[in-house]
Parts: sequence; C-alpha cells; structure tokens
Amino acid sequence: MTHHSAQQLVEKALAASAADGCVVYVVESTEANLRWASNSLTTNGAMRSRQVVVVSFVDGGSGMATGTVARTGTPDVAALVAASEQAARDAGPAEDAVPLVSEAPPGAGDWDADPAETSIEVFADFAPALGAAFGAARDRGDLLFGYAEHSLTTTYLGTSTGLRLRTDQPAGRVELNGKSTDYSRSVWAGVGTRDFRDVSVADLAADVERKLGWSQRRVDLPAGRYETLLPPSAVSDLMIYAYWTMEARDADEGRNVYARKGGGNRIGDRLSELPLTLRSDPAAPGLETAPFQVVGSSSGSASVFDNGMATPAVDWISGGVLTNLIRPRAWALKTTAPAVAAVDNLLLEEPTATATQDEMVAATERGLLLTTLWYIREVDPQTLLLTGLTRDGVFLVEGGEVTGAVNNFRWNESPVDLLGRINEVGRTERTLPREWNDWFTRAAMPPVRVPDFNMSSVSPAS
Amino acid sequence: MQPRDVDESFLALPLSALTEAALTRAVDLGCEHADLRVERIRTQSISLRDARLEALADGEDLGLAVRVVHEGTWGFAAGVVLTAAEAVRLAEQAVAVAKVSAAVASDRVELAPEAPHEGSWVSAYEVDPFDVPDADKTTLLTELSERLMAADGVEHVQSGCMHVKEQKYYADTAGTRTRQQRVRISPEFTALTVDRSTGAFESMRTLAPPVGRGWEYLTDGRYDWDGELAQVPELLREKTKAPSVEPGRYDLVVDPSNLWLTIHESVGHATELDRALGYEAAYAGTSFATVDGLGSLRYGSELMHVTGDRTVEHGLSTIGWDDEGVEAQQWDIVRDGVLVGYQVDRNTARLGGMARSNGCAFADSPRHVPVQRMANVSLQPAPDGPDLDGLIGGVERGIYVVGDKSWSIDMQRYNFQFTGQRFHRIEGGKLAGQLRDVAYQATTTDFWGSMRAVGGPSTHRLGGAFNCGKAQPGQVAPVSHGCPAALFEGVTILNTVQEGGR
Repeated sequence: MTHHSAQQLVEKALAASAADGCVVYVVESTEANLRWASNSLTTNGAMRSRQVVVVSFVDGGSGMATGTVARTGTPDVAALVAASEQAARDAGPAEDAVPLVSEAPPGAGDWDADPAETSIEVFADFAPALGAAFGAARDRGDLLFGYAEHSLTTTYLGTSTGLRLRTDQPAGRVELNGKSTDYSRSVWAGVGTRDFRDVSVADLAADVERKLGWSQRRVDLPAGRYETLLPPSAVSDLMIYAYWTMEARDADEGRNVYARKGGGNRIGDRLSELPLTLRSDPAAPGLETAPFQVVGSSSGSASVFDNGMATPAVDWISGGVLTNLIRPRAWALKTTAPAVAAVDNLLLEEPTATATQDEMVAATERGLLLTTLWYIREVDPQTLLLTGLTRDGVFLVEGGEVTGAVNNFRWNESPVDLLGRINEVGRTERTLPREWNDWFTRAAMPPVRVPDFNMSSVSPAS
Repeated sequence: MQPRDVDESFLALPLSALTEAALTRAVDLGCEHADLRVERIRTQSISLRDARLEALADGEDLGLAVRVVHEGTWGFAAGVVLTAAEAVRLAEQAVAVAKVSAAVASDRVELAPEAPHEGSWVSAYEVDPFDVPDADKTTLLTELSERLMAADGVEHVQSGCMHVKEQKYYADTAGTRTRQQRVRISPEFTALTVDRSTGAFESMRTLAPPVGRGWEYLTDGRYDWDGELAQVPELLREKTKAPSVEPGRYDLVVDPSNLWLTIHESVGHATELDRALGYEAAYAGTSFATVDGLGSLRYGSELMHVTGDRTVEHGLSTIGWDDEGVEAQQWDIVRDGVLVGYQVDRNTARLGGMARSNGCAFADSPRHVPVQRMANVSLQPAPDGPDLDGLIGGVERGIYVVGDKSWSIDMQRYNFQFTGQRFHRIEGGKLAGQLRDVAYQATTTDFWGSMRAVGGPSTHRLGGAFNCGKAQPGQVAPVSHGCPAALFEGVTILNTVQEGGR
C-alpha cells in the first residue's frame, strides 16, 4: 500500500474535486492510556488513527448544498470525493450557505511539518511514580483507582479557496480516586495537562491522602439548601454546560435559557452582580487550542461553510453581563450580528479575586465544601435547570476548618441562576472537569461560594 | 427473506493474513492469549432543523486491534493499516504495552475458558440503510418533519435519523474465527412550541425507540409513524396548558417508553460485575449490588423478574459472539425480586468464580479495548398480567409516565431522578389530563420494592439507546431493554420549577 502523508491526501482530494467548493481535512491522532483500580493497573492501550474528511459544496441552482463523508486510514481518495459530491447533490440547498472562507486566520501553523505524536513512553516517569503511590496507599490501607491519558491530534485543513491550515492539539488528563478498603470513604484529585511534564503523582496522591484524612469523621446531613463552596472542578462542569448551551440561534428563536421574554436574546442582560468574566481564548497559557474552525457537520452552533474561520478570543460574559453567543456566519448575516465561533477552552475569572480555596474555607463559619459533580443532566431547558450528584468528597466546614465528611446529595441547580447567586469568588486556576473531561479538558475556574445551593435529596452512594 | 451473509466487501479484507501475522507473532513473543479484531463501522447521521436538512454526515471507521495477555498482564494496540506487517507491529506493540504495565499491575489476568467457535452471524433486518440513496432518506425524513411543522402551534421541529452498520471479525489463539454484521437505526422527531410573551417553551418527542432493524423501520408500517406524528402536536398543546404538578408522593404507572431507561440505569448498570468489583470505581462508579448479595439481596418486589440476553431479535445488544469470542446467551439477573446474576466478561467471570462468561464483552471501535458492556437487560411481563387500562384502572390518585427525557443516577446506583415526555394525571382509575414540571426521584431498591403490579405481554415493548457510556477512554454501546408497563406505589414526585426556585 502506498503511504501518503496527510498533506498529500488533502492535495489529492482537492485536486480530485469537481464540486463548486471543497474542504478537506485529515486528522492524525495518537493516544496512550493507563487505567488502574485497587492499586493495580487494569487496562491500557496505544492507538494510532487517521481520519480523512471531505466536505463538498455543490450549487444546485437554488443554492449551495453540502455533503460530508469521512473515512479512517488511507481511503481511496477519488471514491471518497465522489461520495461526498454525491451526498451534496442529494442534499438540497443548505440554510447556512455563505461563501467559503478564503482569508487565512492568524496562527495557521506549519503546513509542511510532520504530525506531532505521542506514545506509551509519555508515561516513562509517570508509571513508576504511580507504582510508588500504589505502594504507599497499600501501606496505609487505602485503594487507588484512576486513569491517565495523553493524546496528540494534528489536523491539516485545506480548502478550494486556497487555505492550508494546520493545528496540533496535545491533551492529557489524570484522575486519581482514593478509597478506604470498604469503599465507604471516597475522594478525588484530577489535573489536565498538555505533556505530562507538569504532572506530579506525588502531589495528586498527597491531595487524596489529605481528603481521605478529612473523611475519617462521618457526618450525616439531610437534604436542604446549604452554604456551599464549589471548587474549580465543580464550577467548570457547571459553566461548561452553560457554555455548550450558548447558541445564538436557539436563543433568538426563543428556545434556550438565553432567550429574552418577548423576543430576541439576552445579550446585554446582567447575569451576576459580581464582575465575572467567562471567556474562551485559543492562546490562553496552558490551555492552547485551535485558532480556527474545523467543522464536519453543520448544526445551530457551527457550519461547514465556516471551515478555516479564525476563532479569536471571546468574552461570553463580561463584567457580569452576557456579551456574546455562538453564532455561525450565516446566522450572523441573517440577524445582523457578529459571527462568533466556539473555542475549545473556557475560563471564568473575577479580576480582583485573590482568595485561595483554603482561605475561603478558613472564612467559612458553617458550610459544605464539595469536590466534584457527577451525572449532570438537563431537567428544564427554559431555566437550564440541571440535576446531578456530589461525588468523592462533601466536607463539612465549621469555624473555618474541615470537621468531617458528609453524605452525598442529589442537587438541582441552574448554572445561569447560580451566576446571580454566587457571593464570593476566589482565584482562578487550571482545573480538570470531572463530568465532562471525556470531551472538555481545558478549563480554568475559581472556587466560588453559593449561599443556598439546592441539595434536593440524600444519595447513600460513596 | 433470504438469510444474509456478511457483506463480501468486508470478507474480502485480508482477514486470514492479518490473523496469521498477528497471532503468530504474539505467540512467538510468549503471550498466553492473543486476539485480533478487524472492524468496519459505517455511520450515517442525518439531521433536520424545521424540516430542512441541516447536516448529512457519513463516516466509516475501519481498523484493527491486537489484544494480548502476556505473563498475566493485558496489552493492547490498535491501528488503521490492514497489512500483515502492521498486524505484526501491533502484536509487538501490545506486548510492549503489557511490559510497561507489568511493573504496576498486581492482578493476574486469566480468562474464563470458552470453546472455539467458527461461523458467521447477521442481525435481523430487511433493508440495509446504506443501500438506500441519501436523497430517498432525506426526502422521507423531510416529509415526516413537514407534517409536524404544519400542525397548529408547532413552531420548530428538530428531527433526524442515525443508522449504523457494524462489521466485526474476531480471531484468537484458541482457534475462534467469527464474522458478524449488524444494523441499527434511530429516527427521532421533536416538536417545539414557543410562547414569546411569557418566554415559555415546551417540546414533545416521538416515542419510537432505536432498534436493531434496517431502513424498513420507517417504511414497512410495523411502527405507526403516521399515528404518532399525528398525535404529537395535540399532546404538546395539551402539555403547554397543563397545570404544574403538586409535589408529593404518587402512585405511578410507568409506560415501557419510560421504564426501559429506569431499568437501564438502576438494574442494567448496577448488575455489571466489573462495577461491583471496582473496575469502574473512578469513572462510571461501583454498585450497591455487591457480590456478597448474590442470591440474597432483595432488589425489588416478588413480581420482579429481570433477564439479561444478547439474543433477542432486533435487540441493540444482540450479537452472535461477543468481542472475546463468547457465544450469545440469556440468563436471569433478578428472580422473584432477588439478585441472582451479573453481566460479565471472561476476566470478570473468572474473578466472580463463574465457569463461563455470559458474553458481555464489547468494544465500540477498532481503537478501543473490549470491556464488559450491557446485555439487553429486560423486565419480564407477567404472563397473565393486566393490560394498560387494567393498570391505570387500579390507581385512585396517581400519574401515568410516558416517554424518557432526562435521567441521572448516582455512582452506586442508589438515588435516581427521571423526567419524561409527558405525565398524565390519574384520578379514580382514569386518565385526567396532563401535568407539567414533573420529575420522579427514588432509591433503586425502594422503587423496585414498591412495584405492586406488572403489566401483561400486551404492554411489553423493546426500548433502548445508542449512546450508553462507560469506561476510560470513553466508549459508547447500543443496548435494548424490553419491559411491560408497571405500577409503583408512593413514589416521590418533584416539581422542577420549584426545584429551580430560590
């Protein structure tokens, strides 16, 4: 079999295209992972994959139609292009049709360079350190569970309008879950990383050991509203959901939480009395991500016509006020509003905040300190009411100190409503979402204080 | 209908050469077990917004994977180049991964034995969706969506269809060689209404479940699409005008279109042995149904009979052999309300002291390692049980719950909360209009313990989902759940507007 480079595949496909427009992208990915349970490795893997995606644009007379066909490996390029064109011809005019992007975005990347790669060797230092943590846990009578993953994805995107763009996305995550041997106590620490060089197993293990220590005293509390400190991870899982829902079209059509009563959207509405900023930035240090759009399939929040469009930094909420929603170019034209693309990272900040989580605990007379949130699902889209569980550490704070571990709760809360009720915000730091880290690992969030978090019922789970 | 064979284009891949190359190399390197999977998964997703095609995406995932047990440790490697040289490289890489892992692995992997199998299996479907021209598919979906759009009060329609064709070849060092092909389809239509003056909006989705059928699911009349699409707008109108529920305890008649998901979350996942043993503890979670409760744990009322199977026709988890070469089976999980069985793979079968796996290993792509995934876990109807009217007729004040919507359950599968597509008030044994803002919340064993009546075969249907998530790296699996309607006494009902209030 002839081996073609990703760049050659893009050029071949573009050359084979007889359509009115064509976008081709090749995603080269490598990944390595380790998984462990009860102080022993369980599964593992090293994967290599290549996806070739062809989006054809065909003018059917009444408007531009599109079709997307994707294949893994080294497919027959001519067949792939023909299938994509046939799909476009079968499709009828697309509602999101606008001219393809022809202006190269800033940060287009080195087209000619080989794809970046990772391998199981990325764990050369991590694995022995993990082994040492297993030994220490065994000596204490604790159990460690968890997962580590590193991936490198290089995307080469070419268009019939002349764009040749490349972006590398390194991504990594580590989750460490500590339990007592009877599973009655359970705590968590996690971290996102680009390269594992900044991951300290010892630090994660120390965090787990500290929280297991806090869990020695068990306190049962009933359902109710509690003053609650949410650490950055818990805040990220709530804010990511609020972000994923920020589709301008849904809002303009009156069908999401950002719709304005009486018509239109809520841009300009104050969501918080605090000067909170929720933003995305492809250049955010440590959270770097693609500076342009790569879209295989259109939806209300992304359009195949926008492939290659620059995705600059954007404030979603600025100074507590809703300032932007996600809006593909076609909907932007229709509503005479700016086109705004989603970016694959998220930061929440209060510019004047300085308090650390420990300082916020010290300033708490009586309240709950959470660790992570789990099984988050939408209950009511109108208010964006979400339900979920607390997981791996609900701690009782009394007189500025953690005095024990509380049972878990099922909670019902809306992140948009919470923005208006947060009464203290700490210093923003990089964090790993717990619920959404399969899809979203690049987040920086502060710890926050909510005076009346709704713990709807008790969960006996640990 | 002629019995089908696996598509010639898949059988024409160099399966024997890859097998020979990978397994020979693995044995040479000292592996006590090795298996090779070659998979081709074709996926098409068609989405429409307001009866207009929004996206048509067609994907194919073709690749191969070698999994080994080397000196008691797993090793796994996957790639996309189907050559003997690559198969050898993957076998070597899998052994290298096993060696890196050995330093931190203290559990010894041993697989429960399985007799070698040789053969082909194809799921029950009539029309391969990938043989139907895209234009025909989008035309039909557009036409059905337009019917909803045209109805009074419907402002938006979100609709679409996803269909998958999965082809798998499996070979292992015990001599098993299997070739399989299955097809599944998931059409959905949701109508939305918006009240601009109040800012309120509501939706109603079709109840048609995803199934292991072909394109005929939309065309052969066995599912009443015409009837259901005709009803949705009126049901939606009624829902928008319905009173908000008074929270409290109610008797619930739960329709199978809702109950399948409660079974999935509170019985299906809770009886996965890998969870009970802690393998999913950091992610999907563990289970309250621990191994010491096998044969004694009171799961629910004596009416509760739950089976696991990978055999039911049109089931989404139905196969010929699993991804470890184990033959499809059927078994009891809860009998007379008592926990009597788990879902296992070959390694967890051995850990659980079972002589044989019941065939629940599944990998969702050639890139992923097989893990224990869910069988079709089903609540059996009472052979002489009541029909739906009989169940509702036995309730003085209650709620009839129809269609799944929101779901959430804790990491030990105790505390859950579900909503639905619609909730009908029951008064004096009769339906008395819809209620809004309803969620039901319970603890698994309390809920199943409160089951006072199980519907008869006339109320039975097969529900299911394409997107059950588990494991790290994350994998999705399709699974079906058969169930009758059933009556549950004194279940906690929340008002979701009050829950969201301050």
